Amino acid sequence: MIGIEHYIVVSSILFVLGVLGIFLNRKNVIVILMAIELILLAVNINLVAFSAFLGDLTGQVFAMFVLTVAAAEAAIGLAILVIYFRRRGTIAVDDINRMKG
Amino acid sequence: MIHTLAFYLFAVLVIASGAMVVLARNPVHSVLWLILAFFNAAGLMVLVGAEFIAMLLVIVYVGAVAVLFLFVVMMLNIDFAELRAGFIRNAPLGAVIALILLAELVLGVGAYRVGIIELGTPDGSAAPLLGESNIENIGALLYGRYLFLFEMAGIILLVAMIGAIVLTHRESRAHRAHQNIGKQVARRPDDATEMKRPEVGQGVEL
Repeated sequence: MIGIEHYIVVSSILFVLGVLGIFLNRKNVIVILMAIELILLAVNINLVAFSAFLGDLTGQVFAMFVLTVAAAEAAIGLAILVIYFRRRGTIAVDDINRMKG
Repeated sequence: MIHTLAFYLFAVLVIASGAMVVLARNPVHSVLWLILAFFNAAGLMVLVGAEFIAMLLVIVYVGAVAVLFLFVVMMLNIDFAELRAGFIRNAPLGAVIALILLAELVLGVGAYRVGIIELGTPDGSAAPLLGESNIENIGALLYGRYLFLFEMAGIILLVAMIGAIVLTHRESRAHRAHQNIGKQVARRPDDATEMKRPEVGQGVEL
């Protein structure tokens, strides 16, 4: 029998994998952005599972807004990445603090 | 039975592909694993009857975000081997933090299993389900109760689109077409037009 706990466990493992990804690929911004997407996916699974569990659709509506913000964030992040690569020829984030001018 | 089987299939695949996103050597492979993770997460959501969010996940993530990632990874000519340099060095710290986080989450789930914390009785404000299907219900909520939030989401997407275009748009100096307002205002009909009365059979010299 599948319960809410199963879904929570899956989403927490996915969340932790996302956080681990940020730490492991500290230099590669593209993989960091993908790890953030994984984290948001884990949040979405959690929201949908609780929405189904509690019989309240608000969770699914909220998951949709999370999806919206994730898409916007990916677009802006990749745009920043592209102009950063154009100027510096690399995407290593070690010296990205030069962007502060 | 089939539910349990499907759940474990999707759950194992989503976790495995999530791990591969993080661990893959080549970012292109990372993107492909990410797509697999999204598909399986959509499967997990279908299992609990949230078809709309599942389809949205496939359309938005697989159709737009993952393709955007693929474009960027392939467009930028990046030396990925160099970027992998700190992988082993960062691994212990990352593992420790991930373990702490996992322990916290397990603690949270364990506490949740024991019983929920009573925060007072629900006031019955959860919107009643009106329609037949999941999509109908979500539509009723989105275009009713959450209409303004829905429009706000549209504005967020618009701002993100404008921001991405403004950031990456590279205008070439030669073809720039700027508006010169002073010149526009100073323009008079006399300068702009000219009356000609050509004879029959003769052309007009411009």
